[in-house]
Amino acid sequence: MKLNKLLTSTAIGVAVALGSVAANAKELTVVSWGGAYTKSQVEAYHKPFIAKTGAKINSEDYNGGIAEIKAQVEAGNVTWDIVDVELSDAIRACDEGLLETIDHASLPAGADGTPATDDFLAGTLYDCAVANIVWSTIYAYDSSKIADGPKTMADFFDLQKFPGKRGLRKGAKVNLEFALIADGVPASEVYDVLGTPEGVDRAFAKLDTIKSEVVWWEAGAQPPQMLADGEVTMTTAYNGRIFNAVAGEGKPFEIVWDGQIYDLDLWVIPKGAKNLDTAMEFLKFSTATEQLAAQASYISYGPARKSSAPLVGKYHNKDIDMGPQMPTNPANLANAAQSDFEFWADNADQLNERFNAWLAN
Amino acid sequence: MSKSEAPLLAADGMPLKEKLARTTRRMKMRAFLLTVPLVLFLLVSFVLPIGQMLYRSFHNPTGSNVVPNFAVAIKDWDADQGIPSDDIVKILVEDMAAARKNREVGKTIGNLATRVNYEIPGSRSLFTKTARRAGRITEGPYFDALVKIDKRWDSPHLWRTLQRVTNDYTIAFYLAATDRKFDESGSIVQADELYRIYLPILWKTIWISALITALCFIIAYPVSYLLSTLPLRTSNLLMILVLLPFWTSLLVRTSAWIAMLQKSGIINNILVYLGIIADESRIQMIYNITGTVISMVHILLPFMILPLYSVMKTIPPSYMRAARSMGASGTYAFTKVYFPQTIPGIAAGTLLVFILAIGYYITPALVGGSDGLLISNLIADHIKKTLNWSLGAALGTILLVVVLVFYWIYNKLVGVDNLKFG
Repeated sequence: MKLNKLLTSTAIGVAVALGSVAANAKELTVVSWGGAYTKSQVEAYHKPFIAKTGAKINSEDYNGGIAEIKAQVEAGNVTWDIVDVELSDAIRACDEGLLETIDHASLPAGADGTPATDDFLAGTLYDCAVANIVWSTIYAYDSSKIADGPKTMADFFDLQKFPGKRGLRKGAKVNLEFALIADGVPASEVYDVLGTPEGVDRAFAKLDTIKSEVVWWEAGAQPPQMLADGEVTMTTAYNGRIFNAVAGEGKPFEIVWDGQIYDLDLWVIPKGAKNLDTAMEFLKFSTATEQLAAQASYISYGPARKSSAPLVGKYHNKDIDMGPQMPTNPANLANAAQSDFEFWADNADQLNERFNAWLAN
Repeated sequence: MSKSEAPLLAADGMPLKEKLARTTRRMKMRAFLLTVPLVLFLLVSFVLPIGQMLYRSFHNPTGSNVVPNFAVAIKDWDADQGIPSDDIVKILVEDMAAARKNREVGKTIGNLATRVNYEIPGSRSLFTKTARRAGRITEGPYFDALVKIDKRWDSPHLWRTLQRVTNDYTIAFYLAATDRKFDESGSIVQADELYRIYLPILWKTIWISALITALCFIIAYPVSYLLSTLPLRTSNLLMILVLLPFWTSLLVRTSAWIAMLQKSGIINNILVYLGIIADESRIQMIYNITGTVISMVHILLPFMILPLYSVMKTIPPSYMRAARSMGASGTYAFTKVYFPQTIPGIAAGTLLVFILAIGYYITPALVGGSDGLLISNLIADHIKKTLNWSLGAALGTILLVVVLVFYWIYNKLVGVDNLKFG
C-alpha cells in the first residue's frame, strides 16, 4: 500500500509539474539539423523571436527523417513543436496525416507588400509545410592539398586524376544523381534517366568505380571534419557547412558547384503539438522577409522568399558577399537539378534496399 | 495410520492434515505474491512487447484502415479476373475520397500508398495523385475515370496487390525478410538478385557470431585457467583487469577501439613509427568486418571468462596431480581429466557469447562501416528510418527463431542442465 501511496503522490507531483509548464504560456521546442545550420537559425530566428515575445525556446538537434515525428504523433505525446525537414519527408509526413495544415494566407506579406503566396518562390509552399531556405548538396575539396583542383562532377569519380578517399552520404538519395551526372547525363535529365531500370543500373555501376575508396557519412557536420582531418580528399556535403568551415574557421575548402542537387528545408508542425499557437507564431515570424535574409548572413543557404534576396548582404562578421555563395546564384546553377521529391517518395524504399545490398557486398 | 483411527488434531482442535494444508497454501500464496512484481515486470517488459512484435510481423491493418469498405468488398473477388467490377472500383474511389478528407492519423492515403509501395515500388504517387482527384469522380464508369487519372490503374497486378494489401493478415513481410516477393501472377518468387539483402546478412551475422564465439573461447580458456590456478592475491588483481572493462560503458569501450584502430589511431601510429608500414599504407582496421570482430570479441570476452573461471575454480588441482602420478602425459591428463570437467563452463560461455553476439547492435553500428553491419542494424534501420515496422518485426521474429533453433541444437548436444554460469 505504501507503494500505492508513493505512486499516487508521484503522479500528482508530475501532473502538477506538467500543468505548471503548460501554464507558463510561451514555450517552444524547435528541432533542426544542428551545427552551423541551427546556429544560423538561433541568430536569425530564435533570438529576435525571444526578444519580441518573451517565449522560451528549447533547441533540439536531429538527423532528418520522419521517424520521431511519426512515433510522437502516433503515441499521442508530441514533444516537438516545430521541425525543420527536407521536402520529401514533409510531403510524406503530410500525406500520412502527421502534420498540422498551414494556412498560406496567414503568412506575413513580403517587405514590399507582396502577398506571401506570390512572394515565396514557386514550389516552396505546401499544405503542411513552409520552406525557409534552399540548400544544396555539392562536393568540396581541400585546396591546400590539391593544387589544380577538380572542376566537374566527373572529376569526383575520377580516381586516376584525383586519387584518394571520397566522402559520400550513406544512402541512395543524391548519390545516384551524382553518379549519373558524372557519367555524362545532363543535370536537367537526371530524373528521367533514373526513372528507368537501366538508369539505376548505370548509376550503381558508376558508384562501383569509387566504392572501394568511399568513406560514408551520416550527419551534416561530419564532411567538413573529414576534410579537415585529411580523412578524405574530397567529399559531398551540404554547401552551408563547407561555407561555414571556410568563413568561420578559415579552412581552405573549395566548393564545386557542377552537378549540385538543391533541395528545400521546410518548417512543419507535428499534429497535436503542445504549443501549437506559439509554433505557428514562430513559423510566421521566422519565414518573414527580414528573418530569412538575416539567416543568409550566417550560412550560405538561399532564402525561400523573393523579397529577401535584395536584402542578402555580407557574412555577419567578415567581408564576404553572400550572393555568390548561394545555391540559387545563376553561376552555380549552370549544371544543377532540384531534388525530385516525388521520385524519391516513390522509390526511396526500393532504392535504399538496393543501396544497402550493394553496400554490404 | 489406518482409516478407523481418529484423525490427529492440532492444538486448536482442527484436523492436523487440514491445518497443514492450509498453512502450506498460505505460504505458497505468500511466496507467489513475492514474485508478483517480477512476473508483472516480465509480462510488461518482455512478453507483451515480443508478442506484439510477433503479431505485427503478420498483421498489418493499414489497408483496411484506410479503405475499410473496399477491403470488405474486394475480399472474395477472384483475382484471376484481372480488373474488379465497377461496383467495387466505385467503393474504392469513395473510400479514397473519404480518407483524403478526414486525414486521420494512421488512416490516410499516404499510409495506404506507403503500404502498397512496399509491394509495388514506385506506386506511391499513383495513390496520392488519384486521391487528390477522387472526390471529383461522381459517376461511373469508375474504372475508366481512374485510368484517365493514371494509366497505371489498368493493371491486374495492381488490383491483385490491393486485394492482398487490404487483408489484415499477410505473409508479405516474411517474404520480404527472406528476399522473396509476389510476382505479377501472385505466386512467390525470389527477389531480383541485386535487391537480395536480408538472407545474406543473416548468414553473415550467424557466421560472424560463431567466429566471435570461437575467438572468445580461444582467448578466454587460458586466461580463466590462469585466474583459477594463481594464488588468490594475484588472481584477484587479474580478475579486476577482466572486470574493469566489463563495468565500463559499452560506448566508451567501443569508442576506445575507434581511437585504437582508426587510420590515424594508436596502432597505426606505432606501426608507422616503428617503420613496419609506410605512412601512406596505413591499415584499415575499423569501419569494416575486422573492426566489428575485434571490438565485439573484447566486449563479450568477460561473458566467456566468468563462467569458465567459476567452473575451473571448483576443479581440485589434485585430480590433475593424480592423473600425472598414474603416468598420464600432460596432454593426456588435460584432455581426459581436466577438459571434460570444464565443459559445463564452456557450454555456458559459448551460449552466452553467441546469443549476445547474434543480436548485437551498437558496436557494429559504430565500427561496422559498410560491410560490418549485422542483421540487428537492418532491423533498427526499418524501425527508425524507413518506418517499415512490420518488416522490422518479421526480421526480428526470424532472428528470435534462429536463436531458439540454436538453443535447441545446443540442448541436444550439451544438455541445458549441464550449463553452469557460476
